[in-house]
Amino acid sequence: MAGTEQGEAPRDQAGSVVVAGEPAAGDEVAADIALTSAPEVLAQSLGEYTRIWFRRVRNGESGALPVIVGLIAIGAYFQISQHAFLSAANIANLMGQAGWIITIAMAQVFVLLLGEIDLSVAFNGAVGATITFWMLAVKHPFPIWLAILTGLVVCAAIAAFEGLLIVWLRIPSFVVTLAGLLGLSGVLLWLFGQTGSVGLGGVISDTGFRSGFINDIVFGNLTPAVGWIALVVIVGLTAVFMITRDRRRRAHGLVAPPLSVTILKIAVMAAIGVALVAVLNVNRSKGVTPLQGVPWVVPIVLGLLALTSVLLGRTKFGRYMYAIGGNAEAARRAGVNLGRIRVLAFACCGAMAGVMGILYASNLGSISNGFEGGQYVLYSVAGAVIGGVSLFGGRGRMLGAVLGGFVVAVIYNGVDLLGLGAAAQYIWTAVVLLAAVTLDSVARRGSSTTIR
Amino acid sequence: MPLLRLRGVSKNFGPVQALTDINLDIPAGQVTALVGDNGAGKSTLIKTVAGIWQPSSGDLLWDGQPVHIHSPRDATNRGIAAVYQDLALCDNLDIVQNMLLGHEKQRLGLLDEVSMELTAKQTLQDLKVTSVRSIRQPVGSLSGGQRQAVAVAKAVMQEARLVIMDEPTAALGVSQTELVLSLVARLAGTGHAVLVISHNLVDVFQVADRIAVLYLGRLVAAGPAAEFDRQSTVDLMTTGTSTRLGDDGSGGERATSPRAGSGSEG
Repeated sequence: MAGTEQGEAPRDQAGSVVVAGEPAAGDEVAADIALTSAPEVLAQSLGEYTRIWFRRVRNGESGALPVIVGLIAIGAYFQISQHAFLSAANIANLMGQAGWIITIAMAQVFVLLLGEIDLSVAFNGAVGATITFWMLAVKHPFPIWLAILTGLVVCAAIAAFEGLLIVWLRIPSFVVTLAGLLGLSGVLLWLFGQTGSVGLGGVISDTGFRSGFINDIVFGNLTPAVGWIALVVIVGLTAVFMITRDRRRRAHGLVAPPLSVTILKIAVMAAIGVALVAVLNVNRSKGVTPLQGVPWVVPIVLGLLALTSVLLGRTKFGRYMYAIGGNAEAARRAGVNLGRIRVLAFACCGAMAGVMGILYASNLGSISNGFEGGQYVLYSVAGAVIGGVSLFGGRGRMLGAVLGGFVVAVIYNGVDLLGLGAAAQYIWTAVVLLAAVTLDSVARRGSSTTIR
Repeated sequence: MPLLRLRGVSKNFGPVQALTDINLDIPAGQVTALVGDNGAGKSTLIKTVAGIWQPSSGDLLWDGQPVHIHSPRDATNRGIAAVYQDLALCDNLDIVQNMLLGHEKQRLGLLDEVSMELTAKQTLQDLKVTSVRSIRQPVGSLSGGQRQAVAVAKAVMQEARLVIMDEPTAALGVSQTELVLSLVARLAGTGHAVLVISHNLVDVFQVADRIAVLYLGRLVAAGPAAEFDRQSTVDLMTTGTSTRLGDDGSGGERATSPRAGSGSEG
């Protein structure tokens, strides 16, 4: 018994000291620390919010900040080097290029979140686009909606099949989709062989059919008035959504961000929107017919961003994707059907790749067997990672991929504008990718050594 | 009537006899500590109760009714929740998301974050887990004790009546251990039956109402914690018998001292 008491005494002492020193350990002391909501909404005022936000950034939870800062820096460099960079014509051109690069990065997010990867994403999209074009270019064309839908469904089905192989045979996605990359590039060549009568020398152009509808996805413009109306509607809806959500939280006694912060966010969003619409509404035609307005691709990408953000952030499916990426075993024990979610995620990736294929073909006005799918898949990973999506799963948002994809597109566009050629393009992308990942990694290391 | 009663439960894996004829009562509102040396069968016992394994023979009586627990899900549905050492939390999700994982609430087809946050908040308040700064912070940012608390709260929220905890204080510091032990005591205080595996006898004596000692797959002693002391418990864990315990003359349903080698009685 004596031994017991000796053994316990120092422990009790230590225990009481620690409890007194650290309020978190004793509930009487900690009772006044109320359960609160998200860390960033601990703030009750704009100033406090800014302070907490800065602390979070220092702790490595920088969110979209690095990519935005990087975007501004790169944009500024290009603008200084070549004044045409921010011209209306180039901005419109940039939107067309960004459309497909952003959507291919978005496609990759669906599988990266699970800790998987899809190397076949680019060729998959090209196969879908080829089928769409073929259906439109034959002598008796199918309706446009059916052609596009078929392309997307084929892409989703191909990716879902890859997902099934990964789930059933338990082969790493890297290997399955590497096979997909090779196989689908073969399928693409084969398709062009089969559609020889339709295309011309391995190219199916859309100039020959339906007054170039596909081409108009990127190059068709909203009229200036419609552009402004769309902007007002989008900003208005977002504002209403954010404010009602905060109000509902407060009504239930939960903490919500201060109204000033919400208004500031909406104002920033509106300012960017106004600048974009204003620039794109400038007549960028050098000829007689005016060429002005926001290209269709902008609202299309924004719509996809909204749709996929809701899917990832506000549905069970999205929640389970994050859970599997974070801890698959925990998700399994919580009753999540891992296989089903994985296959569905691959299908979403495929469908988004299909969108990429169509936007790509639209930007080019054609689809050909010269499609560089091995190259573009790297853009997809680079865009997602630059946007803060983790390669190890569970972390990242669609908005990040959109911004990251945009960075890649800006480099693609800017380097081209400077006439530096492909070599510089690749090296620039590589440097930015490394910088983004380094920043992220250094910030994370900072957070793990910082106490609280 | 105890919430869960094990009657002559045995479990063998092929020729290996992991559990032999276990008779154990686990009453509601009390903390039952299951102690034993490595390989004594503690994990096998809780996994049998939690539905991961089926007993080779013997019965489980739940509320006095014989039950067969076929799967972990079956156990959950009956109100048996197990918190294993790995806790099964997603570090990237916040506390609310973790607690409601697999039981999300929806409104208009979308996740109802407000309602889920209220539910999680209520559960944590009931358990007096107030040391977290924000229930919207990712679980990865929590301390070991807080993580344990979240795992327990998650288990309890599925209307658990029996909470099984495997080494809840292993790898925790002193203050974190206090946090978890007070949580264990409160679980019992709110009417839950609690079955705790622990190597740490200091913790066991601090929190347990009842103690059950396993030795080589046999239950060598079980009874109110007051009837055990450290030395006798160590003897029981390491040798399967204790002379000290036998001297104690109090009757009732107390420690069933082993009769050389048999350990089996109705």
